[in-house]
Amino acid sequence: MFRLAQRIKFSGLAPSRSVRSLFTADKYPVKRGNYSELNAEDIKYFESFLNSKDLLTDKKDLDAVNVDWMQKYRGQSKLLLKPRSVSEVSKILKHCHDRKLAVVPQGGNTGLVGGSVPVFDEIVISLANLNKIRKFDDVSGTLTVDAGVILQTADEWLRERGYIFPLDLGAKGSCQIGGNVATNAGGLRLLRYGSLHGTVLGIEAVLPNGDIFNGLSTLRKDNTGLDLKQLFIGSEGSIGIITGVSVLCPPKSNSVNVAWLGLDSYEAVQKTFKLAKNALGEILSSFECVDRASMEVVDAALKKHDMEAQQPLESMHPYQILIETSGSNSEHDEQKLNAFLENSMENELVVDGVVAQDEGQIQALWQWREGISESSGKWGGVYKYDVSLPLPVMWDLVKAVENRLIERNLQSKTDSTKPVYATIGYGHIGDGNLHLNVCVREYTKEVEDVLEPFVFEFIAKHNGSVSAEHGVGFQKVHALQYSKDAGALKLIKEVKNMFDPHGIMNPYKFIE
Amino acid sequence: MSNKLKILVPLKRVIDPLLKPKISASKIDLTGLKFTTNPFCDIALSEAIQLKEKNSNLVENIHAVSIGSAKSKEILVAAIAKGANSASLIETEKSVEPLAVAKLLAEVAKQQKSNLIMLGKQSIDSDANQTGQMLAALLNWPQATFASKVEVSSDGTSVEVTREVDGGSVTQKASLPMVITADLRLNNPRFVSLPKLMKAKKTKIDTKKIEEFGTDITPRLEVEKVEEPPVREPGIMVNTVEEFVAELKKRGAL
Ligand SMILES: Cc1cc2nc3c(=O)[nH]c(=O)nc-3n(C[C@H](O)[C@H](O)[C@H](O)COP(=O)(O)OP(=O)(O)OC[C@H]3O[C@@H](n4cnc5c(N)ncnc54)[C@H](O)[C@@H]3O)c2cc1C
Repeated sequence: MFRLAQRIKFSGLAPSRSVRSLFTADKYPVKRGNYSELNAEDIKYFESFLNSKDLLTDKKDLDAVNVDWMQKYRGQSKLLLKPRSVSEVSKILKHCHDRKLAVVPQGGNTGLVGGSVPVFDEIVISLANLNKIRKFDDVSGTLTVDAGVILQTADEWLRERGYIFPLDLGAKGSCQIGGNVATNAGGLRLLRYGSLHGTVLGIEAVLPNGDIFNGLSTLRKDNTGLDLKQLFIGSEGSIGIITGVSVLCPPKSNSVNVAWLGLDSYEAVQKTFKLAKNALGEILSSFECVDRASMEVVDAALKKHDMEAQQPLESMHPYQILIETSGSNSEHDEQKLNAFLENSMENELVVDGVVAQDEGQIQALWQWREGISESSGKWGGVYKYDVSLPLPVMWDLVKAVENRLIERNLQSKTDSTKPVYATIGYGHIGDGNLHLNVCVREYTKEVEDVLEPFVFEFIAKHNGSVSAEHGVGFQKVHALQYSKDAGALKLIKEVKNMFDPHGIMNPYKFIE
Repeated sequence: MSNKLKILVPLKRVIDPLLKPKISASKIDLTGLKFTTNPFCDIALSEAIQLKEKNSNLVENIHAVSIGSAKSKEILVAAIAKGANSASLIETEKSVEPLAVAKLLAEVAKQQKSNLIMLGKQSIDSDANQTGQMLAALLNWPQATFASKVEVSSDGTSVEVTREVDGGSVTQKASLPMVITADLRLNNPRFVSLPKLMKAKKTKIDTKKIEEFGTDITPRLEVEKVEEPPVREPGIMVNTVEEFVAELKKRGAL
């Protein structure tokens, strides 16, 4: 209730609706696969076991699930199914497999690579009704949930019991745990709690032929054969539908501190990161970096909505970092943090900063970081590149892209006839993961041609990855060759074909 | 008296307002929880600092004072980092009731020769909303409570305070010395600058034991027990009007 004005409300800051995207199928050179067309018999069959509320064919119900969060990809599905049980999922998939009907599994539809919406008329299978917390072991901290449980719901539920979910990200209020696992989401605390490949202990999934893969183990260690659940982590709906997940959850930290620091060069950011790892060690839970352009975009997005929030720092430093520590002893943690801060200021790495004095300020500072992704779409649309790069060259990419856009006279904050509003960089420095966002007034071929393949070639040159955490989806299916060799791609394809011989699972995406 | 303002800002260290303490054995259990400056006190301090920034020739100094455990030094250090000129702590491990607090603050005001006292309208832990009023009475100074806007006259002799009341606002004017208590909308406190905080840590905070004041701090109130508010039962969904009516009848509402 206090500091209300200081806290920023970002809800509803999804990309503006002004730009109506064309159908993906019209915008991109893609051909419908050789799938059957949905007919009345199919609907009748689905009606035979699904609740009528869970089978939707109305245009207005389908509009929301046909278009992605960025308003960039628009499919033409005629049917949305919302099963309530694993056996309903199984019956749906078996029928689609037998009939060769293509499907798209959909979680919270917050994915950022066009993976969660249909390209043509694929049937959308939403996991939203599979939303029960199944069980929790208070001693080991293992949580078992239905795939459709919303991340924030699970996290709040765990916090009441002294635990937290090991993953946290800006879309937590809408994304689902099944979706997180399907995209192998990284998020804000990967630095501390590791990737889902380590924290997910078990997965239950329905295979395209309707078989149920029961890998819902809660064991920390299990070396009996191939670890099949790993195939589903990051599979993006390409080999089956995840219906249940068990995760190892860390205890909630008693003591959380957040500092927001201003730095004058990217050189200083890297040195500060090294220093933080040494000085803060096991309590360091986040190290996020944002550039000045990102902060300006959040500020401008808030103003667009007649909102205002206090900038963390009095002057706009070119690089700003958020450091979070999570530990069990507040006095120890504060001592460590203070020693680190003193050290980094004495060494003139950090030139300004603030430390949150209470929970309200912690939330306010995090909002500045988490609000960037949402704010970036406020001018119409946003090209998002989520890349892994060696730390020293990370911001070289941002600068190179911005220079290319400026040279070609495509970017301006004030001149609204220019397609690009701003080029910004922010990301999980601690994980070597940069988000390069090009905020645009409209999606145009001209801008796309400046960005691609330039960005991908830059990444390949530095042995980075074209997708650090958002996945491949529709957007990057043609860019995989920049990060994986032909042998690896062939193997992925073979695995996919083995699970999904008819290719009904989320086609046109993930792997060509 | 010189025309310059000597502002006194009392600050209380309280549990972080966004945290929920546990209740165990009829007592509030605060172990392991984060503490911070009472938000209303912080608003009062921030207003004093803004007055100083806006009228640097009118404000001579800002003195922050806290009554509480040695840990309250932290919030005083933060106050100096934010812009207070000096700070002092009246140290005690005991809990002190509003009247005793007001008496102690009256003492401090005399020692500091303060002519304007700006405090929070209440603390978020005890919610008493009494200290400012009692303090004004003890000093026999005018008071303006629940301030949402504060303006000092250009010669620094009087202050105009806008107060939020039901359905509107009231503007009051009084000449110094006076007591003002801050409401939520008065301003929006800033983050504390780290370089300033580092520097503030080196400032000496004048500390006295509460006993040195000779004020009677014996509590006049006794807490009998503390309990959680009753849990609200979740609502139920009815599907038809008939069901709704039947449910109302069952509960004796019809
Ligand atoms: C504001 C914002 C911030 C974000 N921040 C981050 C971040 O910090 N780190 C990060 O990694 N990502 C981030 N993301 C993107 C991230 O990938 C998604 O938010 C999330 O992981 C996807 O979950 P979802 O339930 O919305 O899945 P959807 O978007 O619905 O689906 C994503 C993909 O998974 C598939 N899928 C979904 N559910 C299932 C299932 N049960 N079984 C099989 N396949 C399934 C879909 O077919 C699709 O291919 C962010 C997104 C937004 C909008």
